[in-house]
Amino acid sequence: MAEKKALTKDQLIWMYTQMARIREFETRVKRTFVEHPGVIRGHTHLGDGAEATIVGALATREKNDLAMPSYRCHGYPLVLGTSPRKMMAEIYGRRDGLCGGFGGSMHLADPEHHFPGTSGIIGQAITHATGAALTAQVKGTGQIVYCFFGDGSTKQGAFFESLNLAAVWKLPIVYILENNHYQAYTHVSLEDANYIAGDPLSKKAEAFSIPGVTVDGTDPLKVYAVVLKAAERARSGKGPSLIEAKFHRLSAHGNAITVPPVPTQFPEHEAVEVYGRKSEFAAAVKNDPIPRFRATLARKGILKPADAKKISEKTQAEMEDAVQFALASPTPAGAEAVKHVYA
Amino acid sequence: MAREMMYGEAIAAAIMEEMDRDPNVVFYGQNLAMTERDPFLRKFGKRRVRIAPISETAEMGVAVGAAMTGLRPIVELWMSEFMLVAFDELINEAPRLRYMSGGQVKVPLVFKAGYGFAAGWAGQHSNCVYHTMMGVPGLKIALPSTAADAKGLMAAAIRDDNPVVYLHHYMLTLDKGLVPEGAFVIPFGVAAVKRQGTDVTIVATGWMVKKSLAAAEMLAEQGISAEVIDPRTLTPLDVETILKSVQKTGRLVLVDQATRHASAAAIIAAEMAEHGLKALKAPVKMVTALDTSIPFSEPLESYVLPNEEKIVVAVKSVVTKQAATV
Repeated sequence: MAEKKALTKDQLIWMYTQMARIREFETRVKRTFVEHPGVIRGHTHLGDGAEATIVGALATREKNDLAMPSYRCHGYPLVLGTSPRKMMAEIYGRRDGLCGGFGGSMHLADPEHHFPGTSGIIGQAITHATGAALTAQVKGTGQIVYCFFGDGSTKQGAFFESLNLAAVWKLPIVYILENNHYQAYTHVSLEDANYIAGDPLSKKAEAFSIPGVTVDGTDPLKVYAVVLKAAERARSGKGPSLIEAKFHRLSAHGNAITVPPVPTQFPEHEAVEVYGRKSEFAAAVKNDPIPRFRATLARKGILKPADAKKISEKTQAEMEDAVQFALASPTPAGAEAVKHVYA
Repeated sequence: MAREMMYGEAIAAAIMEEMDRDPNVVFYGQNLAMTERDPFLRKFGKRRVRIAPISETAEMGVAVGAAMTGLRPIVELWMSEFMLVAFDELINEAPRLRYMSGGQVKVPLVFKAGYGFAAGWAGQHSNCVYHTMMGVPGLKIALPSTAADAKGLMAAAIRDDNPVVYLHHYMLTLDKGLVPEGAFVIPFGVAAVKRQGTDVTIVATGWMVKKSLAAAEMLAEQGISAEVIDPRTLTPLDVETILKSVQKTGRLVLVDQATRHASAAAIIAAEMAEHGLKALKAPVKMVTALDTSIPFSEPLESYVLPNEEKIVVAVKSVVTKQAATV
């Protein structure tokens, strides 16, 4: 099975392209705070640094499989085929947004593209993803669910209850723990018992007698290999696995919480801003998964510098178009607000 | 055709029939379908009927995710207070996901639980917590008071495309009534006039409907004609039927097993203050539980809950001539 799934040149280039698209999208969201102050309201969370984990995991996906992450949710739908125009318009609160301006950055949903929706409450979406896996099992659709969440979520009852239930019911789901080392603002060393004991966070899987693996989340090929195994296990009816993908996010938890009319900005990453660990953050930046993967593919002769440049230009144009589309989209009429309360 | 059955049986009959009708309905909960003898398990199998661990957050959250992706889960939660363990799923997830997605997803599920168990269950197992759910946009609440309503409202709850909290009253479980056989659906938001009357309108839910009907009998012997209305669903709330009755009787007594400020009665009183003031010949009277937790010992428990006598006293206070001039 794994042999059959050996990645082709086209797949590798697809993976690199998706990583570049996520990065460019997040960069454009972040730039909006500077270039168009006030356009993005509320709280926005970026996935830069997570690209290798997101793409490495979703590269194992088959046609109808679902992805259900937390509120840090921009990267996944981009990979699944959601329009970046609609995503950016939603983040800007515009009428042409993915959810008509009802959800915003934390609540992207695109069921048509296998992205059922997200919760803004830490850990709760793990239960929803587990429920989606129940649907797949009851209906016998053959789908599996990729459930993504951060290290902070694993301290929630929703995490423990979901993994136990999924193991008992042998649900077709892969739990991907994105250990970016900071639960919002708090470092993992201050709140995780496994970490404090010097153990990987994937040790939590032992509590449910399911496979638990830790992987370098900055390397999409390593992520691909472990997720593929977990996906096969889920697909064959053996139940869930827990994969800890370790990386650093490259932006702060979210934009600074300011009170209107003060416009909001992204602060420095917590490693620097809160803990003063400049060298730790510098190492994370140096270990950026995108240039690393580009270099790997170049070494293998799969991606020539000229091709990489083309991907970069195309991606920049795509996301610039998304920004322009979103800026041009009107805001929804206030009276729309009474729609969608009940089905 | 109708058949006499118990309130509890009527709920089970509705679930059985709806599961038969729609293969997307699944049923799970703690201590449910533990042996092969379970009738649901025998009929629908292990895929659709499951025993769940003691994990309300996962049970309710899994239902939300399953509903988002095409199932119609019924979660047996046993006691309404157990839902408080998963308050986020109840208030902040199930009813909000459709709205936040701009109408792209629907969340058709039923959270089923009993409530109001006034039989010595003390402070944490016999309260009325529906006030916490009223006014949460996206959520519906049904409180059946008869066997027939229990069946019809459960069928409607399962067929509804929204999250529904279905609260059955433990004290009514063994009460018998005539229940229509086969498909029987009571639409939400339609109150039932359980007794016609001309002097006073009594609005009550759940077990309090039974107590109000008994009180109405006692009042009839004293020459007072009481109309008894059961809204049957708190969300949506049939304000119209209550208002029409008040316009006829001019007097309103609200009976609710919940504590005064956490009652459905308080909401109905507010609606009548805005829409029915001109029709009222006397102040609205609320007969609710006293502002205590539910005590264990029987005399203490009886003391804090509404009963027939308290309802009679309240009605008399609004139909007397003095009340009319207040």
